[in-house]
Amino acid sequence: MTPPGPVLAADGVRVAYAGDVVLDGVTFAVDPGEFVALVGPNGAGKSTLLRALLGLLRPDGGSVRLLGTAPDRLADRWRVGFVPQRSTVSPDLPATVREVVATGLLARRGWWRRPTEADRRAVDHALESVDLGELGHRRVAELSGGQQQRVLIAKALVCVPELLILDEPVAGVDAGSQRRFRDALVHLVREHGAAVFLVSHELGAVADDLARVLVLRGGRVAFDGRPSELAATGVSLGVHAHDLPVWLEGT
Amino acid sequence: MIVGALLPWPFEREYMQLALVAGLVVGTCAPLIGTFLVHKRLSLMGDGVGHVAFAGVAAGLLLDVWPVWTALVAAVVGAVAVEWLRSRGRASGDLALALLFYSGIAAGVVLTGLAGSLDAGTLTYLFGSILTVEAADAWTVVVLGAGLVVTVAVGWRALLAVVLDEDAARVAGLPVDRLNLVLAALTAVTVVVGMRVVGVLLVAALMVLPVGTAQRLARSFRGTLAVAAVVGGVSAVVGLAVARVWSLAPGGTIVLVSAGFFLLAALGGRGRRPALLAG
Repeated sequence: MTPPGPVLAADGVRVAYAGDVVLDGVTFAVDPGEFVALVGPNGAGKSTLLRALLGLLRPDGGSVRLLGTAPDRLADRWRVGFVPQRSTVSPDLPATVREVVATGLLARRGWWRRPTEADRRAVDHALESVDLGELGHRRVAELSGGQQQRVLIAKALVCVPELLILDEPVAGVDAGSQRRFRDALVHLVREHGAAVFLVSHELGAVADDLARVLVLRGGRVAFDGRPSELAATGVSLGVHAHDLPVWLEGT
Repeated sequence: MIVGALLPWPFEREYMQLALVAGLVVGTCAPLIGTFLVHKRLSLMGDGVGHVAFAGVAAGLLLDVWPVWTALVAAVVGAVAVEWLRSRGRASGDLALALLFYSGIAAGVVLTGLAGSLDAGTLTYLFGSILTVEAADAWTVVVLGAGLVVTVAVGWRALLAVVLDEDAARVAGLPVDRLNLVLAALTAVTVVVGMRVVGVLLVAALMVLPVGTAQRLARSFRGTLAVAAVVGGVSAVVGLAVARVWSLAPGGTIVLVSAGFFLLAALGGRGRRPALLAG
């Protein structure tokens, strides 16, 4: 069940590596059904923040709430979908598209159980939602980088998560795949009321659909507001972080 | 014993039938585990565990305990240690394996020296002695092999999820640490069981070569598991027969047959050419 409060919240999150502060009091929240993007220059702490949000890294200070619960106490982890940063799959991996997407159902079904007919239909639906319905029996390694990324998105969508977190999902992906990627996310938000938290340099495909943009700079949230407000500062959301204004990039 | 006099030459003798059973089980099971190790970039895991198993054999000889038991304990501890070093980020996968390799073989040499037992008997553990397998050994191999096949049949989808991306599997709520430990323990069991067939120095080859062959022939991960198991089993049967005909060392012959299948598949099969053949 979606909790009444935010589905994702960071409160004063602080992380330091060997004395170097990477995140310094990061605070924000994502509400149910909200489509939020996190941008920031290289070294801003995006990857570290993402690991803390997912429970893969314990913050030195502050707290994280995932679906209203501390990440390490969340029982139904499948309610959170995660698309890792990856543009290609190992060229030797012999797994088919269907096999990879079906692994997204394991935590919900019980990893030791055999797949049911309903599971097969869920895989079909997830593949169709990213326009890969015809390629289910192809090896993932034979697909283009954009198609492989859509396979990973379908794997995250197959459980119909309440919160979908994506790490640089369109890096190196062609325009057609970006459009299908955008359609799948918008469908998830509008039809299923899911929240989406996207970490990316490339927001062109989804810039018009975002409710909010967070800008992370120097381990702090430097901007949190509507895309139009950010655009008013002179930054384009459709391009790489190099186009961020000087006050974001640092000097 | 098991199949009576039904089998034709070269498997008409009882010792060849026992060797056939042990070879078939190890040849079939080793690639099932190897498929996951190869795609976790831990192809040499079997080798590293084999070296530690040799230290266990030496400890058994020193303590006058059946070396298979001490080898099993050493192999499980070694495999779990590699997994611990790798998963905790204390060492990269290949560095953790190197630690295991050299510590294992060095401990084996020292312990063998202390036991004063570096003789032909010790060499059978290094290079295998499939033709001396007894009925009790064969049944042990069959039972362990059946347990391994059942475990893989139940858990292959979850292990595939871990192979794909450990972090994503962890975020999804899969018991990644436990699955990795199960894989490490199964690797150790496979090495010790394979010790009698091809020896600790060659058992890793049966974990890797049939997988290389299968991923050029099969169209899915499940298909790769099945084809690798068949190729490993056939390699054992053909290798045993060839070894009998030409009086060759059976362990090495089984591995060479497996390598031959890999070359045939690499030259004639689908998919990418392996780096070692790429021009």
